[in-house]
Amino acid sequence: MHHHLVRNIYAYLLLLPAFIFLVGFTHYPAIATLLDSFMSTPRAGRSAVFVGMQNYEDMLADPVFWKSVVNNFWFAVATIPVSIALSVGMALWVNDKIAGRSFLRMAYFLPTVLPMIAVANIWIFFYTPGYGLINQIIQGLGFSSQNWLGDPNLVLGSVIVVAIWKEAGFFMIFYLAALQALSPSYKEAAQIEGASPWYFFRRVQWPLLMPTTIFVLVNALINAFRMVDHIIVMTKGGPDNASSLILFYLYEVGFKFWDQGYASVLTIVLLVILAVIGLLQFFILDRRTHY
Amino acid sequence: MHGSTDSKERTAVSQKPLTISTFGARLSTFAAWLLAVLWIMPLLYAMWAAFHPSEFATKLVLDAPLTFENFIAAWDAAPFASYFLNTTLLVSGILCMQLLVCTLAAYAFARYEFAGKNIMFSLVLIQLMVMPEILIVRNYQTLTKLGLVDTLFGIGLPYFASAFAIFLLRQTFKTIPKELVEAAVMEGASQMQILRHVYVPLAKPVYLAFALVSVSYHWNNFLWPLVVSNSVSSRPLTVGLQVFSSTDQGIDWSIITAATLMTSGPLLIGFLIFQRQFVQSFMRAGIK
Repeated sequence: MHHHLVRNIYAYLLLLPAFIFLVGFTHYPAIATLLDSFMSTPRAGRSAVFVGMQNYEDMLADPVFWKSVVNNFWFAVATIPVSIALSVGMALWVNDKIAGRSFLRMAYFLPTVLPMIAVANIWIFFYTPGYGLINQIIQGLGFSSQNWLGDPNLVLGSVIVVAIWKEAGFFMIFYLAALQALSPSYKEAAQIEGASPWYFFRRVQWPLLMPTTIFVLVNALINAFRMVDHIIVMTKGGPDNASSLILFYLYEVGFKFWDQGYASVLTIVLLVILAVIGLLQFFILDRRTHY
Repeated sequence: MHGSTDSKERTAVSQKPLTISTFGARLSTFAAWLLAVLWIMPLLYAMWAAFHPSEFATKLVLDAPLTFENFIAAWDAAPFASYFLNTTLLVSGILCMQLLVCTLAAYAFARYEFAGKNIMFSLVLIQLMVMPEILIVRNYQTLTKLGLVDTLFGIGLPYFASAFAIFLLRQTFKTIPKELVEAAVMEGASQMQILRHVYVPLAKPVYLAFALVSVSYHWNNFLWPLVVSNSVSSRPLTVGLQVFSSTDQGIDWSIITAATLMTSGPLLIGFLIFQRQFVQSFMRAGIK
C-alpha cells in the first residue's frame, strides 16, 4: 500500500512539468476565455464588468464576423478535397516506380518545410497585377490581366490556391506511409487478374487507405481554421474583408482593436468548432483504429 | 486443353490494355512531372529573382548576369543577424524543453499505473486540437502578467509541453520489451536510470523524427511570435521578414526574394541534404 502510494506520487511528479505548461497555456486560458466572453473589455480606468450575452449578441449582429465565417467555410470546402485528392495522387506516383521519383517526392514535399510567411511573399509577386508571373502567362494567352489579390471576387480563390500548394505535400507523406504499409500481395493479385490501375486504386487501395483519409481529413479541418499566416502577409483580410478568416478576424479584434471581450467570444467560436472536429474524430477515427 | 486456351485468351485480352496502359503510364508520368514543376515554381522563381539584378526580376533572359548584391542589400537593410540568432535560440530552446518535459510525462504514462491516468491523458490530448495560437488573446495576457512579453522565453513558453511529443513517446515507450526493463530492475537500476539507459536509447529514431518536425514547425511559426515580439531583441526570422517586406521598400522584388531565401535557407539546405530523414521522420510522426 505504501509502495503503491510512492509510485503514484512518483508518476505525478514526472507529469508535473508538462502539466504546468499544459494547464497554463491550454486548459486555464480556455476556461478563462469562456468567463471573459461574458465580460466587457477593460478600458483605461474601467475594469471589466459582467455584461451577460452582450458580446455574443454583438457578434451575431456583426457583418464582418459572418463574412469571416462564410469565407472560412468556403476556404475549408475548397482546400480540403483538392489537397487530399492531390496528395493521394502524389503518394501513388511517388510510391510507384516512376522516372525521377526522388526528385518528385522532394518537389511535392518542399512547400511543407518552407515558412508560409516567406513563400507568401513570392506568391504576392506571382499575383501582382500587370507584370506578375500569372498575369504575364494569361496575358500571353490573350486574356486580360487580373488583380488577383485586389478583386473581392478573386482574392479568396487566390489564397485557397496557396493553401492547397502548401498542404498537399504534407498530406502526401501520410498516404505514402500508408501505401508502403500495404501488403504487396494485393498489387500482385491485381496484376495477375489484369485489373487496370484505376480499378485497383478504386476498389483496393482507396478503401484500405480510409483510416489515413480520416486522419488527414481531421488534420485538414483543423488547419482550415488555423492557417492565417498567408492572410496576414498577402491580403490582411481584404479587400473589404473578402479574405478574412475567423482566426484572422480574432487576431485583428484582439491585437488591432484591442477588444478583449469580443475577441473572447470569437475564441469561443473557434473552440466550439475544434471541439466538434475533435468529437468527430473521436467517434469515427477511434472506432476504427486502436492504438 | 481447356486450360491452355483459357490462358491464351487471357494473354490476348491483356495485350490490348497493355498498349493503353503504356500510353496511360506516360500521361501519368507527364502529369506527375508537370505538378512537380508547378510545385517548385515559387522556389525557382525566388532563386531567379534573388541571384539576378532587379531589372531581370520580371523577365526571363538567359544571359542575365548573376549577382549577390540582392543578398547583401537585404542583409544590410534589416538586422537579419539578430533575427537568425533569435530563431536559432528559440528553436533549440523549445526543442530542449520539449524533449525534457515530454520524456518525463511520456515515461509516467507508459510505465506507471496511477489514479486518474486516463483523464490526465485525455487532458494532454486536448492540446492536439487546441494549440496555444488559438488562445492567443488570453495567453498574451498571461505573458503580460509574467512580464515576458517581447522576450524569446515568452515566445517559447507555451510550447514547452507538446501533446504530440508526449503521445508519440508514450507509444514508443510502450513497445519496449518488459524483459529489458526487468533486467535493469534486477541489476538495481533506479527509475531514472531505467529511463535514461533503457527507454531513451531505444526511442532514438522517434526523438529524431520529433526533433525534425518540431524544428521545422517553430522555424516557420509566425502568428504567436508576431503578437509577442515587438523589438529586434526578440523577433524571430519570420516576423523580421514580415516587418522588412511590409515597410516601404519601394517593392524591390529582388531584395525581398533574397531575404525570403535567406530566412528559409538553413531549413531548406537541411531539407535538401537530409531529405530522406525528413520525409521518413514526418512519416514516422504521422503513423499513430
